[in-house]
Amino acid sequence: MNKPIRTISVFCMLLFLALMLNATWYQFVKADAYNDRAENRRVKEAAYSSERGAILVGRDPIAESKPVDDKYNFLRTYTSPLLYAPVTGYFSFGASTGIESSQNDVLSGDDPRLFIGSFIDLITNKTPRGGNVELTLDPDAQRAAFDGLRALGDEVEGSVVAIEPSTGKILAMVSLPTFDPNNLATHDDQLRDETYQRLDSDPREPLLNRAIQKRLFPGSTFKVVTAAAALESGKYSGPDARVPGGDSFPLPQSSRSVTNEGRYCPDDTTLRQAMEQSCNTTFAQLAIEVGSEEMLRQAERFGFNSDYLDDLDGQARSVYPTETDQAQLALTGFGQYEVQATPLQMAMVAAGLANKGVVMRPYLVDEVQQADYDAQTTDPEELSRAVSEETADALTEVLVSTVDEGTASPAQIDGVAVAGKTGTAQRGVEGEPPYGWFISYAPARDADVAVAVMIEEAPGQEIAGGRLGGPIAKAVMEAVLQ
Amino acid sequence: MVTAPGTSALMVFVHRRRRGAELFLLVLALAVGVGGYAAVGLGVQGEVPPDIVGYGGWLAALMVAAHVAVRLVAPYADPVLLPVVAALNGLGLAVIHRLDLTEGTDFATQQLTWMTLGVVLFIGTLVVLRDHRVLARFTYTLGLAAIVLLLLPMAPVIGRTINGARIWINVGPFSFQPGEVAKVMLVVAFSGYLVLHRDALALAGRRFLFVDLPRGRDLGPILAMWAISFGILVFQRDLGSSLLFFGLFLILLYVATERPGWIVVGAAMFFAGAFAAYHFFGHVRTRVDTWLHPFEYYRGPLGQNSDQLVEGLFGMAWGGLIGRGFGNGDPGRVPYAESDFIMAAIGEELGLTGVLAVLLMYGVVVERALRTAIISRDNFGKLMATGLGCIFALQLFVVIGGVTRLIPLTGLTTSFLSYGGSSLVASWVIIALLLRISDQARRPAPDLTPPDERAQAEESTQVIKLEKVR
Repeated sequence: MNKPIRTISVFCMLLFLALMLNATWYQFVKADAYNDRAENRRVKEAAYSSERGAILVGRDPIAESKPVDDKYNFLRTYTSPLLYAPVTGYFSFGASTGIESSQNDVLSGDDPRLFIGSFIDLITNKTPRGGNVELTLDPDAQRAAFDGLRALGDEVEGSVVAIEPSTGKILAMVSLPTFDPNNLATHDDQLRDETYQRLDSDPREPLLNRAIQKRLFPGSTFKVVTAAAALESGKYSGPDARVPGGDSFPLPQSSRSVTNEGRYCPDDTTLRQAMEQSCNTTFAQLAIEVGSEEMLRQAERFGFNSDYLDDLDGQARSVYPTETDQAQLALTGFGQYEVQATPLQMAMVAAGLANKGVVMRPYLVDEVQQADYDAQTTDPEELSRAVSEETADALTEVLVSTVDEGTASPAQIDGVAVAGKTGTAQRGVEGEPPYGWFISYAPARDADVAVAVMIEEAPGQEIAGGRLGGPIAKAVMEAVLQ
Repeated sequence: MVTAPGTSALMVFVHRRRRGAELFLLVLALAVGVGGYAAVGLGVQGEVPPDIVGYGGWLAALMVAAHVAVRLVAPYADPVLLPVVAALNGLGLAVIHRLDLTEGTDFATQQLTWMTLGVVLFIGTLVVLRDHRVLARFTYTLGLAAIVLLLLPMAPVIGRTINGARIWINVGPFSFQPGEVAKVMLVVAFSGYLVLHRDALALAGRRFLFVDLPRGRDLGPILAMWAISFGILVFQRDLGSSLLFFGLFLILLYVATERPGWIVVGAAMFFAGAFAAYHFFGHVRTRVDTWLHPFEYYRGPLGQNSDQLVEGLFGMAWGGLIGRGFGNGDPGRVPYAESDFIMAAIGEELGLTGVLAVLLMYGVVVERALRTAIISRDNFGKLMATGLGCIFALQLFVVIGGVTRLIPLTGLTTSFLSYGGSSLVASWVIIALLLRISDQARRPAPDLTPPDERAQAEESTQVIKLEKVR
């Protein structure tokens, strides 16, 4: 009987082998896939009740896990919730946005960069905790941007982005209307669900981070890009190059004409004057002269038609149309037709010129820190060279004149040369108020800060980029320069 | 190394007693049990449980008692089996205690009581049963008793249905699964029956694809066993036991007759039965469907959902390679984590490492049982040891395969680990029987033993010979 017993032994061995391989399959090979499944409440609850790392601005936490005495042990708490909500996002049960979502691996402690620390925690039997994320934000600039935008009224919708031109660090990122992430992180299920329903169904879209998720016609601020393309084409050189103008420019193959809404634009003028007076006729003609290919290439060098922000999810891509007829091309010259940009994108246009023509990749995460061990700092990275240094210099001179002598005067700062441009973009719907834009950087020759302000709605105010946006940009620049 | 049965008593190899090794391994097993209990306290409550000394002392006392009994009445028994199952039992207690702490139940204390009873019966079996061949006399008695036990839950007053399976009886305040005891009796009965009838059953019939199929007139026993298994499936809705009983009979039939043909016939009957069950019985179809598409049935209506399976898998996946550690997982999400799904709890908190370790320990138990079967000097012992070892192998495969979605989920306990008195007590008795058989197999050949023992051995041998002639 020993032969069949041996056969049975082999059979039993195969059974055990099958069990072991199968256990390995679920616990090793498929483990991550199962952990990520939407139905998996276990992982969500664990994430919800773990001690996440803090989100820091400077050395101050703006989001941290505080111990509480309930079944989840830790409550995610936001200090200055309204001010930073568009950046931090919220950390709710089974859902998160903003930095809470994009940096989740670090905050929860799963990031491989935190491996050493986690390993030490394992050996020393400490409860593992997540790493901290320090943001690039400048609290003064953030506060100035928020207060400035808020001052336009309770119903205002808009956004401000400030960038350090030499590195790409995002110094301020504000979006209104905002929300209180504490009410979404709460352990009170009912309050959480009600808050989410209310925010999600609000037509003013408070959960939207307008700085990166809302793209609109940039209007006259896009004239900076058109001017850059014109200078780069070699057909024009210097701030005082002679450019076409006129009170009216008939669109090719169209019955419509472009006008300047009463601003002074002679037939033959200079780039400087045309920018100061924000002459639509000049930039419509420049766009046609440069050609659609060159216009597209210039826009893309500033970041249009691409994604570049790694630190937040859900970025809307700014667009410049790839195919246009002559009339459409003329309209793109002053930021209408299908040109659309996010506030971040327009801040990058300003920052690129401020940084001698080089656009740096924008980033929000300055440093990743494991509780007691080490820190990893993000290195600035060049995204693209948008224009030559000469073009950047020439345009800076033009934009300084625009602030000193032209439409962008509300951004003037005593003793500091400021470069800037206004924009008041038509919505394309009769009777609707326009969008207000303002981009600027300072000090003009060696800029520390570039700002873009976008005002989408300001009920009770007459929207004009310079009048409403200029003072906000000025306040943000002053906050950084001080 | 091993002498073939029936040849002379000349042995080339004399087994050592190795009781010292057993004692050393028992200390390790105790470390698993007590260490596990301490780790649970540290992980869940942040402190070593205050009753650790009493608990550890109790476990130690049980193990010492079992060891002393083995040393006295089965000195040549296999030295590995007892420590391995003691470690498994200790680990099971720790995991059940861990679940108690978060779920507010009190299963661990009851389980410790059952373990005590199990060890008492273990010692009792070893003391009373000095020669396993005595059991061969009770072949039909035990077979009949097993069938009565299996039928008991169907009786009107004492029978109880829990979770759809009618496999329980109420005796006073206790509920008991008679099937757990019946499976041990069945293995003994199968062995006794097959030892006698192996020659007839081994006669070849028609040849089909290189395999000699059995003769049609010999199909009676297997058909009867198939009917009994199918009856358990239909009337008691117990898929696991049904599979276990039929599988055991098939394995023993094959080992006794050395005819692979029986496997072919048995497998055909099994698949025919499984096919019919799938088509005619809703509860079987539900099990198969939730196995194939677990996520489609997640959070489905009661009795037709895959929540237990899916939550178990989520837990195991979350445990990953090294587990969350005691207290850091959430095994209470899995219904019945302390019994059928205890492997999911182990996978979650002790990780793949823990799961593989437990599987290896069971592998050792099965290996020692089959080794005992191979070196056993009598055919009855061979069959019994094979059958008892295969109870563990099949039961483990059915339940853990079900929990880890290798096969459709069928309810069975994980021997020694799961909460459940009937299963635990029966498992300890099985180990006692295995130790008895291995003691007989490993003790030196009768010629080398003192006269009084030799006389006993010769007597027993004659009994077997007589039966064989008959």
